[in-house]
Amino acid sequence: MPTWDYAPAPESRETARLRESYQMFVDGKFVDGSGTAFKTINPADEAVLAEVAEANQSDVDTAVAAARRAFDRTWGRMPGRERSKYLFRIARLIQERARELAVLESLDNGKPIKESRDVDVPLAAAHFFYYAGWADKLEYAGLGPNPRPLGVAGQVIPWNFPLLMAAWKLAPALAAGNTCVLKPAETTPLTALVLAEICQQADLPPGVVNVLPGAGATGAAVVGHPAVDKVAFTGSTDVGKEIQRQIAGTGKKLTLELGGKAANIVFEDAPLDQAVEGIVNGIFFNQGHVCCAGSRLLVQESIADELLESLKRRLATLRLGDPLDKNTDIGAINSAVQLAKIRELSGIGEAEGAQRWSPPCALPDRGFWFPPTLFTGVSQAHRIAREEIFGPVLSVLTFRTPDEALAKANNTPYGLSAGIWTEKGSRILWMANRLRAGVIWANTFNRFDPAAPFGGYQESGFGREGGRHGLEAYVAH
Amino acid sequence: MPTESRLSVRKTYKLYIGGKFPRSESGRSYEVHTPRGAFLANAAQASRKDVRDAVVAARKAFAGWSGATAYNRGQVLYRVAEMLEGRRAQFVDEVGDAEGLTARRAESLVDAAIDRWVWYAGWTDKIAQIAGSSNPVAGPYFNFSLPEPTGVVAILAPQKSSLLGLVSVLAPAVAGGNTVVAVSAQDRPLPASTLAEVLATSDLPDGVINLLTGFTAELASWLAAHMDVNALDLTGVAVADRTELERLAADNVKRVFRGAADPDWTADPGIERLIAYQETKTVWHPIGI
Repeated sequence: MPTWDYAPAPESRETARLRESYQMFVDGKFVDGSGTAFKTINPADEAVLAEVAEANQSDVDTAVAAARRAFDRTWGRMPGRERSKYLFRIARLIQERARELAVLESLDNGKPIKESRDVDVPLAAAHFFYYAGWADKLEYAGLGPNPRPLGVAGQVIPWNFPLLMAAWKLAPALAAGNTCVLKPAETTPLTALVLAEICQQADLPPGVVNVLPGAGATGAAVVGHPAVDKVAFTGSTDVGKEIQRQIAGTGKKLTLELGGKAANIVFEDAPLDQAVEGIVNGIFFNQGHVCCAGSRLLVQESIADELLESLKRRLATLRLGDPLDKNTDIGAINSAVQLAKIRELSGIGEAEGAQRWSPPCALPDRGFWFPPTLFTGVSQAHRIAREEIFGPVLSVLTFRTPDEALAKANNTPYGLSAGIWTEKGSRILWMANRLRAGVIWANTFNRFDPAAPFGGYQESGFGREGGRHGLEAYVAH
Repeated sequence: MPTESRLSVRKTYKLYIGGKFPRSESGRSYEVHTPRGAFLANAAQASRKDVRDAVVAARKAFAGWSGATAYNRGQVLYRVAEMLEGRRAQFVDEVGDAEGLTARRAESLVDAAIDRWVWYAGWTDKIAQIAGSSNPVAGPYFNFSLPEPTGVVAILAPQKSSLLGLVSVLAPAVAGGNTVVAVSAQDRPLPASTLAEVLATSDLPDGVINLLTGFTAELASWLAAHMDVNALDLTGVAVADRTELERLAADNVKRVFRGAADPDWTADPGIERLIAYQETKTVWHPIGI
């Protein structure tokens, strides 16, 4: 029988309008940084995409001063209905430049174009659209009779959803009347800089949004700047704790969205095909570079064999490769550092006695790649069941009773998300009541909406992004 | 027989941990005086071990208290107000002695403390309606967000307001379903010890509130660093001493509440403290046939 394969269906790289170099965005202008410019690469082939300005302490000083001026003179005093219209403009401009942003995101991050095109970029636009409507309705948000902006927000975001995280940070902050100094991740600075250009196209007053590329030192300078009133961070739990320590005693308001080790719990009455899709989406979406990824599969013992067989069959059909190909399911790992971490923890999984399995999967010669992987025979004591791997690696555990599922699911210092698969509505709510996590998905996973508050319990952080609750992080009351 | 010849029976002031009244396991105590320097009593001086025992008790009580119906929690808190009302005269004496107040001023503070329990008793079944939401997501899901208690809250109670201040920091935490380990005002601990007797007779399950007396600076760091404490209220700590505690609190990403050290406790408390120890849980429930 002939084997039919997919023909290549790549998005045009030209759509990204990639430039040789990118400057930082301060006080409404693109300027060179005072730090050492760095290169951002395409993780799918390790080729240099562009050179990017690096912000150092003096650039942070300049940007924070610009943000302070903008807060005092324009943005903080502007009527909410006017701020609102700026945010609507930004939402529209993101939609207009959606394909450009999607291709650029896939180039810089390594994620499949179908995800950047269908998830990251539309959700970023939707987030601005949602919060645009709040800007002139803050007194109805349940945040007291006189909600006021905090001032200058210093925001540090990760590399897994570069544009979307920028939107999650900027939109509620701006809606509430704050001004922003945003530091994108050093491996994925490009879409945030295009978003800065969009702010320019929207005629956003100078200094309201500043974008400072750089690595940890730049982030620490933003977080630690004495004139920053509010710090918002999304990233690893370790760095989140460092930031909480760094700002101790300063009185700055802080919100943290950190790591997770979510349980995805499948009961024997679950719709199995749907559950298999949900498990795949839960851990292999965005190569598993998702803080709320369903990295621990808890499956009821009675259906474990059947489910695993279906799951393996499904994994064998996943297409790994060129992120710009519209048929690609699994893209590139974002960086060599992250790939090394995934390899290390997977190696530890094997060494501790869990059984490793991956489908036959050819990896490209260049770039950073890791095949979809699952571990069976995992115990709760194994490091792959406890630590966030942040890659396409699923640990499979079993349970017999709902109580056992709960005990295992809650046996973690994290608490960001959890999934429940069952046809029984009352069981969904019974479990949802008892899971100690900020987001519970039932018969779905990794679904996001600007109207739905998102954030963690325990060491997954505090504060919410999205919904009415997302405003609270940026309002004094 | 002339009554003035009778010698009164004094009380031993103890800790309140897991529904029991132990002395400090360390055997230590310290002298408590009125603001003018008159000796009042010896209070138990809690130790690190007492802190750890109290956290264990609070954790053990959490599932039951957070899982109780809001209506039930409201009735228990109202019962606290009833018991406090019954001991009103005793508290007027103790607060007057502790804070050096006239009887009239002490009466108004005790009355405010009783009323504060009533205010929070009425909140237990309303927090979810105020802080929750139904979220109109773009998809076939019934999506809602609910507040849920953070867990074990460590409270460093205000140093001046020995009863009203204490009640004002305890009640909002437990109204929301949290369990508490509190360190009372260091130099004015006696109303706290007596409040424990009220709590013990108020249907409040053992361990929901644990009250320690002792030296705030000594106990605060153990609480701030404790990995099974979820939130930390710094109200009773001087601003200069807060930085190190906030740093320790980061070890397990504690929620830190930086309350003003000496606010007007008679003012309308608002809902800030209720919300401070609530997490928001968002549930995506499928819709289909």
